[in-house]
Amino acid sequence: MKRRDFLACLGGGGLLALAPGLAAAAGAAPYQRLLVLVELKGGNDGLNTVVPYADPEYYALRPRIGIKREDVLPISERLGFHPALQALMPVWQAGELAVVQGVGYPNPNLSHFRSIEIWDTASGSDQYLQQGWLARSFLRRPPPAAYAADAVVVGSQDMGPLAGGGRVVALTNPEQFARLATLAQGGGTARGGPLAHILQVEADIRQAAAKINTRGQSFRFATEFPQGGFGATVRTACQVLGSGADVAVLRLTLSGFDTHQNQPGAHANLLRQLAEGLAALRSALVELQAWDRTLVLTYAEFGRRPKENQSNGTDHGTANVHFALGGAVRGGFYGETPNLARLDGNGNLAFGIDYRSLYATALERWWGLESREALGGRFPSLGFVV
Amino acid sequence: MNLSLRIIALVCAACALPALAAPMGSDDARHLLGRAGIGARPADVARFAALSRDAAVEQLLADTAGEGAAPLSPELVEYTPPSRLRAMSDDERREHQKRSAIALRAWWVGNMLAAATPAEQLREHMTLFWHNHFVSSMEKVKSAKLMADQNRLLRRHALGRFGELLHAVGRDPAMVVYLDSATSRKGSPNENFAREVMELFTLGEGNYGEQDVKEAARAFTGWSIEPEIGEFRWRPFIHDGGAKTVLGVGGNLDGDAVLDILLAQPQTAELLVRKLWREFVSPTPDEREVRRIAALYRDSGYDTRVALRALFSSRPFWADGNRLALVKSPVDWVLGTLNSLDIEAPDAPALAFALRQLGQDLFAPPNVKGWPGGEAWINSSTLLARKQMAERMLRRESRAGLREALLDPAYQLK
Repeated sequence: MKRRDFLACLGGGGLLALAPGLAAAAGAAPYQRLLVLVELKGGNDGLNTVVPYADPEYYALRPRIGIKREDVLPISERLGFHPALQALMPVWQAGELAVVQGVGYPNPNLSHFRSIEIWDTASGSDQYLQQGWLARSFLRRPPPAAYAADAVVVGSQDMGPLAGGGRVVALTNPEQFARLATLAQGGGTARGGPLAHILQVEADIRQAAAKINTRGQSFRFATEFPQGGFGATVRTACQVLGSGADVAVLRLTLSGFDTHQNQPGAHANLLRQLAEGLAALRSALVELQAWDRTLVLTYAEFGRRPKENQSNGTDHGTANVHFALGGAVRGGFYGETPNLARLDGNGNLAFGIDYRSLYATALERWWGLESREALGGRFPSLGFVV
Repeated sequence: MNLSLRIIALVCAACALPALAAPMGSDDARHLLGRAGIGARPADVARFAALSRDAAVEQLLADTAGEGAAPLSPELVEYTPPSRLRAMSDDERREHQKRSAIALRAWWVGNMLAAATPAEQLREHMTLFWHNHFVSSMEKVKSAKLMADQNRLLRRHALGRFGELLHAVGRDPAMVVYLDSATSRKGSPNENFAREVMELFTLGEGNYGEQDVKEAARAFTGWSIEPEIGEFRWRPFIHDGGAKTVLGVGGNLDGDAVLDILLAQPQTAELLVRKLWREFVSPTPDEREVRRIAALYRDSGYDTRVALRALFSSRPFWADGNRLALVKSPVDWVLGTLNSLDIEAPDAPALAFALRQLGQDLFAPPNVKGWPGGEAWINSSTLLARKQMAERMLRRESRAGLREALLDPAYQLK
């Protein structure tokens, strides 16, 4: 038995004794299970991802860029995947993929910058917070000190939900990270103040570099990782885990979803990368026997406007569809399919599920943590994690 | 005064005077210049080392001619109205926005590098301070011309009177767009500017109520722009001329009247001095000193030089415990390193890109609160980016001890 699993058993028992209410949710001590966040940067078009192919309103709004009924991959009598999501079909059929519809927040902001900041910091539309929601959770309840890092960010330099707390490293190119990490000095102490912070960050970098040894005794995956940027991101993330390093969170980014013009080709390409990347992630984590203790969540700053624009694309919208995947995820549909006949004054969708409910599900049901402090309020968690 | 007291007084004056006038030496000079300017050039350090602290502060606060800005390149002179942007093809529009965004950043970085004297460097530093106070962002304003105009406004008032700057910023077209004054009108006032002007620009949270925001928003209606030419327009027909009460002052207030009410509050000067303290002195303002300096600042009619003179002359500014107490901003790190080491600068667009990699994309602060600064400048990603830049500089520079200096954790501090 790995040390981690042994601790997990103990942790589960401890929680059961301490907090019977949480025990059912928390099969393990906090952060013993992995959370993988996948950012669909630019604002994914949810309506062309999970297509309401039985709704004539959809084709009225999207005469040119709508996905034809005969092309969708049906997942219900009303909804179907974009054909480029073929690689996710086995995950759906295995009951390991939850489709969460109508995710958004009140008074939505349509600026990329501001809206992703709202999502990252779990703030209200008119609230300005600095710390990411995961950073707040880490500061309140830190992951085990022996972990290589609390979180590893792959495919972006921007810390997003991990900004401002915890031991977080960004790792786009593991070799470059290992080389630059030698420039960070390990030791030294300071009595508080900014120097203490800098020394801490240097030490975090050194610890992560020492434990994430992707060249050394790294696991040899049979999984073939897809070509392209996101495939490389997924491969790097799997190599981190394959090197034996423990982390609580992996944050992956796939960019390019701001499809204002000529959307169909570009979007199909992005969704194919996403689906093949996530399928490879699943396959690799199954090899590591980690898929059952992994929860993957997608997120984005916003969805896109239901009515197509003049440039064969879509403009910034509001509510969106998101995926939750994992060996322990209860697949199926969550939330209501947004009503295309009842758009707001800007022609955007109404939301049904506050985005912070996704986070509450991760914090409470996945990790067995209290969520109110990290999320600045109480948000109902969702049933895709039992 | 009896004789013994008079003797003591004379003796003290005799000891104190030479001490005050004594050359401060290169450590003090480096500290003062590194805090007030953008790095400290060796020649300036040598010159200032021979001055007393007081004389050095006066040199720093000396008048600087003009705006200290290079002539604007064509991309920044010509205003492109939204109607013309819409008429462009997607590729044209993207190319246009990209070109003007690069020109804008390069222009400011060029101005920062061209600042020849410590006084001119301080003006650049204060322009950046006001950019982070009166935040507007290209992300929303989308006009390099309007952003450049705002920057010129900030540099004209950088060490001038805060009240004049505040009144001018309220009418600044980039600000009118950024905080939605342009969409505010009688009957449906937009509260964005009214709220931020109280929370961030003057009073600070807790020093006003929701009702004050609502009433002030009505007062600001009518401050608008002409989108086709990008200029401020006063539109009396959409101004709410009715009676309002802001912070207990009633009347048919307009926008200027509200700003004057805000300037009259002691909290406004205190908020500014606290922010200047964190910019120049230490992360933890000394509240007694803040109140003392804020009173001087307000009594002077918000003469920013008065506040800076008091800060640079204060005991905490020079205290040993406050040396290396501030985290270098990316501008300090990148441009300050070039200045301090007398390294020939790469071209301005490359430097602007480096600033962005370190987390300070000029003209695009993260939100209306600006860059939080301090420890928030440093995370594993930005720290490694600093190390990587150090490595690149070391490839070209091989002076003894430079490697140790640039890679020392304390190099992130000033």
